[in-house]
Amino acid sequence: MVDLALSEQLAGTERITAVRRFGRSDARFRNLTYAAALLVFLIFVGIITSLAAGAWPALKTFGPAFFIRLEWNPVTDQYGALGPIYGTVVTSALAMLVAVPVGIGIAIFLTEICPRSLRRPIGIAIELLAGIPSIIYGIWGLFVFVPFFQRHIEPAIIDLFADVPVLRDLFAGPPYGIGVFAAAMILSIMILPFITAVTRDVFETVPSVLKESAYALGSTTWEVMTHVVLPFSRAGVVGGAMLALGRALGETMAVTFVIGNAHNIQESLLAPGTSISAAIANEFTEAVGTLYTSSLIAIGLTLFVVTFLVLASAQLMLRRLEQRAGGVSA
Amino acid sequence: MKNMGRYRGRRIRNRFFLSLSVLAAGFGLVWLALILGDLVWEGAAAFKPTLFTMSTPAPGFDGGLANAIFGSVLMSALAVLVGTPIGILAGTYLAEYGRHSRTAAVIRFVNDILLSAPSILIGLFIYELFVVTMGHFSGLAGAAALAVLVVPVVTRTTENMLLLVPNTLREAAAALGTPRSFVIRAVTWRAARAGIITGILLAVARISGETAPLLFTALNNQFWSTDVMQPIANLPVVIFQFAMSPYELWHELAWAGALLVTAAVLLLSILARVYEGKRGLR
Repeated sequence: MVDLALSEQLAGTERITAVRRFGRSDARFRNLTYAAALLVFLIFVGIITSLAAGAWPALKTFGPAFFIRLEWNPVTDQYGALGPIYGTVVTSALAMLVAVPVGIGIAIFLTEICPRSLRRPIGIAIELLAGIPSIIYGIWGLFVFVPFFQRHIEPAIIDLFADVPVLRDLFAGPPYGIGVFAAAMILSIMILPFITAVTRDVFETVPSVLKESAYALGSTTWEVMTHVVLPFSRAGVVGGAMLALGRALGETMAVTFVIGNAHNIQESLLAPGTSISAAIANEFTEAVGTLYTSSLIAIGLTLFVVTFLVLASAQLMLRRLEQRAGGVSA
Repeated sequence: MKNMGRYRGRRIRNRFFLSLSVLAAGFGLVWLALILGDLVWEGAAAFKPTLFTMSTPAPGFDGGLANAIFGSVLMSALAVLVGTPIGILAGTYLAEYGRHSRTAAVIRFVNDILLSAPSILIGLFIYELFVVTMGHFSGLAGAAALAVLVVPVVTRTTENMLLLVPNTLREAAAALGTPRSFVIRAVTWRAARAGIITGILLAVARISGETAPLLFTALNNQFWSTDVMQPIANLPVVIFQFAMSPYELWHELAWAGALLVTAAVLLLSILARVYEGKRGLR
């Protein structure tokens, strides 16, 4: 703390040295915060460089074909990224397909339908759930969801679509329980609270005046949602969904437990597969040889680039929204 | 009468879609309740006092999670000790010195990317940085990976909280001739203290369940170890390995561990909320 009274009593040269000392410590503090901020940037650069350096041997050996090769064979030292990339894309896409409509539905429920006294508790519960670590979803998926899914749901799905042309192949047996579809379901449950929390926040930024005007013109609640609230908050909802997609793409533990870890692509969604993060989590510590390790880092680099693009566009959208909100209030 | 028909159609459509959203809410909440219910049920069944006194067992033997709990607490503490000051200082730069500068805009963007970057890639980064150079897995590498996760969370919340401090406070302090760094330390940090603590609690909650970045940094250790230069046991990796094993006793320990982690995370998040609430009252 500065004792101002004391510094006022200092006279002449003493006073000047004291002021200088303040100036120096002021500059030092500023530089310290600047260094910390730069460190954040350096971590980011470090991640890219270390991944790129680690991936280089594999990328050099296999060339661009690395990304379209399916073969993944530690014995013959041949690796291709197609299997994990396929698994990551399919599980994330399926998870989004389920979680986005349901998440938005819950947000509509919370902002428009839910009794006022329940809004806060349910909202808080959902925010708390968004913070539960993914390994919990993984262990639950493995011990509870998968056995139930295998015994009751998968046979039903296989029977149901047995005569439908395309779906027949997408949902072909046998019911393993673990597999791409189970992983996607767990993933969708995991990102659900996240999408809901963001969407609800964005819905709440819609000025009441706009909604009330629409109601005054005789709109139903659903019309207010689709014609006023959603158009107004579109950028935010899409941004939130993209953030969730970024999370789903890189999610490791919830997927690793239940995807089955098979480096292949099968037509049936019920068959075991693998994803980028699951492959790394399962094989990295056991990988022997430069090429094996390097191939795993190379798929990690791929994941980083893809999530970077997704997250960056999500941020641009959300930031634009923020600026607009700032403009409205100012 | 045609108008009445159209009106009825709109009302039916409204009813239909609103029912769908109620269904969605029910559907989502049921899954989430199921997960928590199963977790408490299975975890409580496997809960016993020796969890805290015995180390992780070999297959077929009785044991606890004491070494894993200790390892997790140790690494989290180290990570917070290193990550928090960096995060607070970086957040301070973004909010106080570089608020409108281009550098700050770039760092803010990068920080937000780090905030949601896949944590397994942080693990790979620390693996290359620490494990390869040291030649072996270590608790230190695990703590470093967790610290990298702490920094963006603390940076973000610190910046947000400092931005909430009214400028009149800064101006009043500056008008007394206080140097900028003193204004920040004695006035704005103090005004934003509850918010910054909230951020730290959220960061701890975030890292206490993180598994992926520890898989190939801290690895695991079956025995009691306090040496951060060696592989060290930790709850998330123990849960992962035990759950994937074929042994029933290990499964029980995995459930117990999962319950402990969830309880810790929820407790921290609730604590963070309480702190945030306090700030609202002031």
